[in-house]
Amino acid sequence: MTDLLLLFDMLLGLLIIGLAVAALRVRDLFAMVVMFVTFGLMTALAWVRLAAPDVALAEAAIGTGVTGALLLKTLYHLRRVSGTLHLPEALSERPPDPQVPRAVIAANAVMCGLVVIGLAAAFVTAPLGGPGFDAAVADAMPESGVDHPVTAVLLNFRAYDTLMEVVVLLAAVIAVWLVERSLPQSDPPVMGEVYEGFARLVLPGAVVVGVYVLWAGAVAPGGAFQGGAVLAAVGLLLLMSHVYEPAPAHRAAARGLFVLGVAVFTGVALLVAWGGRAVFEYPPGLAKPLILLIEGMVTISIAATLAALFHGREPGVQPRPADTSEGAQ
Amino acid sequence: MLEFLGVALMGLGTVFFVAGTVGLLRFPDLFCRLHALTKADGLGLALVCLGTICLASTPGEVLRIIVIWFAVALSSATCGHMIARHARAHRNDSEAP
Repeated sequence: MTDLLLLFDMLLGLLIIGLAVAALRVRDLFAMVVMFVTFGLMTALAWVRLAAPDVALAEAAIGTGVTGALLLKTLYHLRRVSGTLHLPEALSERPPDPQVPRAVIAANAVMCGLVVIGLAAAFVTAPLGGPGFDAAVADAMPESGVDHPVTAVLLNFRAYDTLMEVVVLLAAVIAVWLVERSLPQSDPPVMGEVYEGFARLVLPGAVVVGVYVLWAGAVAPGGAFQGGAVLAAVGLLLLMSHVYEPAPAHRAAARGLFVLGVAVFTGVALLVAWGGRAVFEYPPGLAKPLILLIEGMVTISIAATLAALFHGREPGVQPRPADTSEGAQ
Repeated sequence: MLEFLGVALMGLGTVFFVAGTVGLLRFPDLFCRLHALTKADGLGLALVCLGTICLASTPGEVLRIIVIWFAVALSSATCGHMIARHARAHRNDSEAP
């Protein structure tokens, strides 16, 4: 039995490497995205085999689902801009090369090389088969306020890192909104009646699953990022089936939702510090409600942010007029 | 007995998945391939789900498997339709001029 599983693991590992190579080598951009999504799913499976279901959930929901949707949307936009969207023969070709300067390619190569060298150095110098932090985390679990070690680490023991991850998402959506201001508007594709029926049927269930994944984070694999990604998928369904159309009046609410997670997270940290404790050193009796409050608000922020990243354009902002020169300033 | 039935059903299900994959690789055009893939995989999925239900230990697990079955069947049917719809639109595009 163990030998069969070992065989499976080795095949899975080879498959992941093969998919990564294929994704980089294939000429067709659409096939590249499909390869990337398959690569992500297989990586999620590998995380399951490594007994890390939390990472597997995050990889499947964010690394594969939401990122795949973002890549497909970008591809659609590229094809529209280059005018190859409705040419069937162009499906298997890249859009015209944008003539990347040599210096940019060289800089990218150097950066990637440095990252690889850094990772290799970290891997080689790491102690082999050490106990890690398992014992330390297990000792501190009673003070954490939750029953699932991964949630305890993410929201309590290293809450500062998690806060920074939420800040990164906030920075990303600000950057996307700013960049999109200078791009021409591209109409959303029409998905058809079957898709709209599918969306109506799936939406309520997806909302329940998203909230369940968040709630389950206290005792089992799950949590804010995974639940937020599922709820972001709900947002994508709403946007693509045109059940929800972003209106200019929603801009303030959207901005509020993006900031909500970071604001509540920092607010709690500062309040705890104001009470004479270290930042993120939750009072023992209040740890669970505080963690739930932070996770709930962060989930809402993540869902809104990821959906907004997919939608791209800030509602109510007119695309820059192409024919007037002063509009460019 | 139930275990045997479960494994047998799952084995039969994988046969249908293999048949669907062979169809995907061997059939001449996109619509035939979609036909093979959606039909065979739908049946394969049903058999694998029935097999895992036979092996499940609690009612909660059975319920979860049924929900997963429903969700995957629904989304794969919708995906098949979307791909066929897209392909048909493109075919009309290229035939029109």
